[in-house]
Amino acid sequence: MAASETLTGEPTREQARARAAEFLISRHYYRWPEAVPWLIAIACYFVFPDRMTFGSQVLVMIMFAFSLDLILGYAGIVTLGHAAFFGIGAYTVALATLRLGWSEPISGIIAGGLVAGLVGAVVGWFILRYRGLTLLMLTIAFAATLQESGNLRSDITGGYDGLPGLTFDPVLGLFDYDLYGHTNYLYALVALAVVFYFVRRIVYSPFGQALTGIRENVRRMHAIGSPVHRRLVTVYAVSAAIAGVAGGLFTQTNAYVTLTVFDFDSSAKVMVMLIVGGTGRLYGAFIGATVYMVLEDYFSKLSPTFWQFGIGLLLVLVVLFARRGLLGLVEDAGAYLSKRKQP
Amino acid sequence: MTAAALDVERLNRSFGALHVTRDVNLTLERGARRALIGPNGAGKTTLVNLITGVLRPSAGRVLLDGDDITTTSQAERARRGLARTFQINQLFRGLSVLENLAMTIGERDGNCNNMWRSAGAKRSVIDEALDHLESLRIADDALKLVRELPYGRQRLVEIAIALAQRPRVLLLDEPAAGVPSSESHLILDVVAGLDPEIAILIIEHDMDVVFRFAKQITVMVQGTVFTEGTPDEIMHNEQVRAVYLGQERHKVARHG
Repeated sequence: MAASETLTGEPTREQARARAAEFLISRHYYRWPEAVPWLIAIACYFVFPDRMTFGSQVLVMIMFAFSLDLILGYAGIVTLGHAAFFGIGAYTVALATLRLGWSEPISGIIAGGLVAGLVGAVVGWFILRYRGLTLLMLTIAFAATLQESGNLRSDITGGYDGLPGLTFDPVLGLFDYDLYGHTNYLYALVALAVVFYFVRRIVYSPFGQALTGIRENVRRMHAIGSPVHRRLVTVYAVSAAIAGVAGGLFTQTNAYVTLTVFDFDSSAKVMVMLIVGGTGRLYGAFIGATVYMVLEDYFSKLSPTFWQFGIGLLLVLVVLFARRGLLGLVEDAGAYLSKRKQP
Repeated sequence: MTAAALDVERLNRSFGALHVTRDVNLTLERGARRALIGPNGAGKTTLVNLITGVLRPSAGRVLLDGDDITTTSQAERARRGLARTFQINQLFRGLSVLENLAMTIGERDGNCNNMWRSAGAKRSVIDEALDHLESLRIADDALKLVRELPYGRQRLVEIAIALAQRPRVLLLDEPAAGVPSSESHLILDVVAGLDPEIAILIIEHDMDVVFRFAKQITVMVQGTVFTEGTPDEIMHNEQVRAVYLGQERHKVARHG
């Protein structure tokens, strides 16, 4: 029986099983296209040596968009207040160096991440009982509350004038910050790579699978016995921590921070980046944040008053014609090419 | 005396002035095959939601293997071996069939707390998922996305997920609802062949299925248990014929 099936080209039961299993087993393997964004990032260091500060800002925004992807793209938590955690990280680093003299950069961003993650766990525990519009409003309210509290105590936070002239120790005690941001660019790139590695593991873990389950059908998750609330709070805290690390890097990159980091604009911007790039697909944050930042830079030089028109047009086009974002287009192109290769 | 697999005692539930569940008593012994029938709006699905914890009862108790689970969460009940299928599919439509199963097994065994290991690293989970799919003869669809499957096959995935929970009590809410009659026998064969250890409550409108499958039948009318008995007793009960089977003959009480 089995032999005749093999002769007619039909897969045997064992072969079919092995093929199905292989899909799950090998899903998290690294594939060569994943090297592309990293190689480009390294190439930029050599090609644009005079744009390294801008480059660092792009890397920071990639990390921020990445943190949002974990909750929005994978767990399906819609938030317009993620800047809250970015801001907490940014201010943790700023206040640590200014008030406590804690100016070692690496431990600084780790502290920023931990504080933001802790706040994320507490806030998440309260607000993640809700979904949809209620949750959306609560996330906005939380970020606004933080911003106004900061404004109330502008003696500590510097208010909207900010805390300028922050200084940090050399990275690892060896590489000092230079005027052109070369050190900072490489430092941010390494930090991004470390964060990326963690998130990638989470996304492909059983926990990450459960998150996609919650996104796909929360009723079913309850019915199969998943502790949905705990899963959501956990990933919210992790995401907040990453946003906090990004915020800390932001402060170190600019040597300066103001309360505008908590702006609603900032929360909305990072969501636009992610939608443009593609949600729930790891590298969407890379494409989205880079395209957004480069276009913003280009358009604002072209027309300082109307630069948002270009970004708006891009968003409309993506939402209308590329529902899965720019990365979705890249995936479609890849699928089309590989289909043509083997007819 | 050992406790029944599932015991529902004087369960009540109101939505405002609407008293949809009134003093319902229901017992499933180990390995029971009980059907729950009744006209539309009798409160059958509400009862399933009360038993599984989607809804909280206004009064009464639910016991699983003798343990009071009236106030435990839906997820905790599921982890204790109470599984259900939905009248309308509730699946992870954007994921493959295999992932639907692997996730269920992962949550059952507590693997899903792990954030570090890859999801495909446990071969035993994948093998078990494929075993379940093979037992329902849908292993060929393992790598297809659920939303790409015809509805009848999706109904089988719904049952496969419930089986992957390794339930002791299984509530089937119209397993063949929405499936063309040419395919419904596939689903009903699966239901008839389920593990005899599992206590099963099936809600079904097709009387042929009910009389073939069930050893006990509970008839609900207007939120309360109208009567119960063996298929023979129910078939010959004049009042049941009047309120339910009579309607069924005229094809009034169908939905799905």
